[in-house]
Amino acid sequence: MAVDTMDAATTPTIVLVGHGMVGQRFLEALADRGVTERSRVVVLCEEPRAAYDRVHLTSYFSGTTPDELALAEDGFMEKHGIELRLGDPAVTIDRATRTVTARSGLAFAYDTLVLATGSFPFVPPVPGKDAEGCFVYRTIEDLLAIEEYAASGGTGTVVGGGLLGLEAAGALKGLGLDTHVVEFAPRLMPVQVDEGGGEALRRTIEEMGVTVHTGVGTQAIVAGEDGRVAAMSLSDGSTLSTGLVVFSAGVRPRDQLARECGLPVGERGGIVVDEQCRTEDEAVYAIGECALASDGRVYGLVAPGYEMAETAAKMIAGDAGSFKGADLSTKLKLLGVDVASFGDAHGATPGCLDVLYSDSRSGVYKKLVVSREGVLLGGILVGDADSYGMLRPMTGSVPPVPPERLVLPAGAGGPVELGPSSLPDTAVICSCHNVTKGAILDAVTEHSCTTVPEIKKCTKAGTGCGSCLKVLGQLLPPAEDQGLCGDFAHTRQELYEIVRALRVTSFAALLDSHGREAAKGGEGCEICKPAVASVIASLAPSIGAPVHVLDGGQAALQDTNDHFLANLQRNGSYSIVPRIPGGEITPEKLIVIGEVARDFGLYTKITGGQRIDLFGARVDQLPLIWTRLVDAGFESGHAYGKSLRTVKSCVGSTWCRYGVQDSVKMAIDLELRYRGLRSPHKLKSAVSGCARECAEARGKDFGIIATASGWNLYVGGNGGATPRHADLLAQDLSDAELVRLIDRFLMFYIRTADRLERTSTWLDRIEGGLDHVRDVVVHDSLGICDELESLMSAHVAGYRDEWADTINDPERLSRFVSFVNAPDVPDPSVRFVEERDQVKPDLDLLAGPVLLAGPTLAIRTLEGTVTA
Amino acid sequence: MTIELLLDDTWFPVCDDTQLTPGRGVAALLPDGSQAALFQDRHGALYAIGNRDPFTGAYVLSRGLIGSDAGRAYVASPLLKQRFDLATGTCLDDETVSTASYAVRSL
Ligand code: SRM
Ligand SMILES: Cc1cc2nc3c(=O)[nH]c(=O)nc-3n(C[C@H](O)[C@H](O)[C@H](O)COP(=O)(O)OP(=O)(O)OC[C@H]3O[C@@H](n4cnc5c(N)ncnc54)[C@H](O)[C@@H]3O)c2cc1C
Ligand code: SF4
Ligand code: FES
Repeated sequence: MAVDTMDAATTPTIVLVGHGMVGQRFLEALADRGVTERSRVVVLCEEPRAAYDRVHLTSYFSGTTPDELALAEDGFMEKHGIELRLGDPAVTIDRATRTVTARSGLAFAYDTLVLATGSFPFVPPVPGKDAEGCFVYRTIEDLLAIEEYAASGGTGTVVGGGLLGLEAAGALKGLGLDTHVVEFAPRLMPVQVDEGGGEALRRTIEEMGVTVHTGVGTQAIVAGEDGRVAAMSLSDGSTLSTGLVVFSAGVRPRDQLARECGLPVGERGGIVVDEQCRTEDEAVYAIGECALASDGRVYGLVAPGYEMAETAAKMIAGDAGSFKGADLSTKLKLLGVDVASFGDAHGATPGCLDVLYSDSRSGVYKKLVVSREGVLLGGILVGDADSYGMLRPMTGSVPPVPPERLVLPAGAGGPVELGPSSLPDTAVICSCHNVTKGAILDAVTEHSCTTVPEIKKCTKAGTGCGSCLKVLGQLLPPAEDQGLCGDFAHTRQELYEIVRALRVTSFAALLDSHGREAAKGGEGCEICKPAVASVIASLAPSIGAPVHVLDGGQAALQDTNDHFLANLQRNGSYSIVPRIPGGEITPEKLIVIGEVARDFGLYTKITGGQRIDLFGARVDQLPLIWTRLVDAGFESGHAYGKSLRTVKSCVGSTWCRYGVQDSVKMAIDLELRYRGLRSPHKLKSAVSGCARECAEARGKDFGIIATASGWNLYVGGNGGATPRHADLLAQDLSDAELVRLIDRFLMFYIRTADRLERTSTWLDRIEGGLDHVRDVVVHDSLGICDELESLMSAHVAGYRDEWADTINDPERLSRFVSFVNAPDVPDPSVRFVEERDQVKPDLDLLAGPVLLAGPTLAIRTLEGTVTA
Repeated sequence: MTIELLLDDTWFPVCDDTQLTPGRGVAALLPDGSQAALFQDRHGALYAIGNRDPFTGAYVLSRGLIGSDAGRAYVASPLLKQRFDLATGTCLDDETVSTASYAVRSL
């Protein structure tokens, strides 16, 4: 046996077994107390990766990467000198010699040992449970395996209709499987909700296309000849044909190591600890899901685990700490349905009373449990859990309004908006991190936190399950000046509403009527001018403004790119990007591009957007080049505009052996529909013909991926400096449904986003995030969808090619000259040198002396021709 | 009306005022081969500075957006967005950098 040699005599050694959520929290608590500076800390981690956010595991399927799920900040281990050993679990503990041996064979002598081994999913001992295609749902590796196996489609069944089971069912549904849930109890989520809540949940979930079987058990898994799962036989004698099974029938504490070294464990598992989280052996602690707390419970939630981590860290640091038990409040979003339960949800307190509101039309079920004296004891919310953040902290006190008003919807006598101002300072706002309202207000006043991210950093509130974020936002003082710039005190969104409602069609009119006092009558600035130009352009057809971006007062507002309908390059020349919808192009058109580039000496390059960029045109060449391109059937590609760029496509079902829909046709249709649409920032899209995703649709503002039965629509993707995978907005849409949803989505974004805010940042910023956007554009919760659609139809009907309009209009053409006083003289500063058989800007020329004496230039002035 | 720039001590005619768009600039080629950027603000006031953006060397200032800050008119370079005072040619974001400035009149 190799013995790890480090000077154990001088520094005490702490060995942590298990680097899960609670383990990581424990390390942070040690570091906060400076213990890591004076001790050696060794972490044995069984998984191949460091601790990650297991609570948000399922978000992997909506695009969160394993890296994004990681819990420790970059460099955390190095900074605190912690030795993290990935993929090296502890195999034995010898308490007599105080050594832990890891699988690698290394033995570590400890002064303090902390067990944070979590739990393992319980797999009922049914025949066939080990067949290929049976999975559990606990680690990132489990998810990767499920994803791979599910790629071939078919049916998937989840055994267990509890919290995790429903989450797994949501994941299978998202992977495109026909999904079933089999629950032994007579209702879903038997632990958290009561019968009525379970019923509401069931109805809503079934409406989403998940088949729920309650009151039946799994008897056997039947494998086919190839050894793969083929079916499941149920206790009612029926058979369910299924290609994949996920067991989610509860978890069991991982107490094996403790058992083997003789530490007491509970009857139903769990390492016995006292209020200080110590086991019978003073040198050994157990925290998190593997521990049986002093109140006789094993907690399967992260918040109590964090409290245990704090307690153990305090003890090790020499401070006092204790964990006496926690409540089991949870708020979850299962398959898009809000479910929350808190306090005494099942009404176990003697003599307590229920207040109930149930509306099966909308799938809402709310129950509050109150004492005879009116003290709120607990409750269950299904379908609408918005009030959870407010109600949970009120538990244990008499709410400021009668309980029935707390469950009624706003219109029917419910409180308009019971703000957090009605809570006492001691109310716990963030239960994951046990942060009180008082602590949050302190962060605002003492540490001048003004935004939710600052509060999160300062207090940790909101960094767990996230259910308290809404209340956190409400506790912040409103930001002082949210104005667009020095000229407008309004936000872009407010200006959009003003322009729309008052039909303002010019920048000057808007500045003089709605600008800041000091800015009225001024010129505006480079921030508000293009922003207002974009707002006016998005609304042009419906407010009666000129549609062409170079018309009316709009011309003066556009950035140079929009002004010249081309992209300015570093030497003052421009690039030209003709639209190539979906990336599909005929040989004839390719030849035209080649000829134009050759004739005008342009540099050509294939862009990252599946089209061709022609670089190095002088201003005065733009109309000539575009005349050739327009004649050949090209139109503007809007590479210069804050507007739709490209809709990339993969080759799709026409050619590709895997394709399930015609992605090229859809990409072309979408590109032609949204071309020219001015928006707060550029818009990009892509359509993939199957889940292999060759078009990289999930990196786009709106991405479409074909399914066997239609299209999945993803929104909020981004490449660039802060990449973000798009989130699934809706599934299995028909062509018409897809277009309708995109219409609404884009118009809602245009209406509410800030200037230069891509859909990705917008989605992360707006209150309620993706869920809110889904409510608005899918469920029409604001009743504005008709209007959004008609704004889009107006855009589509009003679209005209900007370049065709420009080359046919002498007035607009007059600006395409290098010099106002010498329209025929090419700009001598735009010169090129050769590289790899093409041109590139001559930058030496620009770096040179300011004066361009050089050749004799003929300058035409009003007086005649002057020769310099 | 004709617009003229003062070069050394002679007024150099550049263009007719109808050729300008309020709120935007145009470039003018000067007899010595250098370039000026000529602007008209929305109230008709005229300004001229050098067309070369000293930060990049490109002759593009005439194509920037103009704005006003506390009553001072400026142009923001279309390349890297530094702002130049239209009256003096001084860069508002780095006072050590400047471009030429010219007196303008309209006759
Ligand atoms: C030409 C092209 C590079 C190439 O040779 O492939 C390009 C060139 C420019 N990109 Fe890009 N981007 C090009 C594809 C992309 C892609 C890939 C894609 O679209 O699939 C991305 C990542 C995807 C994305 O946007 O999410 C991309 C992310 C950016 C960003 C970062 C955006 C972000 O949200 O972080 C910028 C900066 C910005 O817009 O603020 C940018 C800005 C620019 C600008 C406009 C910079 C500028 O202001 O001068 C470049 C102008 C080019 C020109 O003058 O013609 N470009 N750029 C590509 C044109 C595609 C097209 O056909 O229209
Ligand atoms: C899909 C899903 C959704 C969930 N949603 C919620 C939720 O909404 N709210 C909530 O409160 N909780 C939720 N939970 C539960 C929550 O994730 C757990 O309570 C929490 O992760 C417990 O932390 P832990 O550190 O005790 O255990 P874990 O996070 O499981 O970490 C234990 C770690 O120890 C490792 N380990 C085990 N044995 C050894 C060994 N011998 N040597 C080395 N390492 C070992 C394991 O591999 C594991 O990495 C969810 C769990 C899942 C799976
Ligand atoms: S995404 Fe699918 S259909 Fe499209 S090219 Fe790739 S494998 Fe083929
Ligand atoms: S309550 Fe979970 S993060 Fe605040």
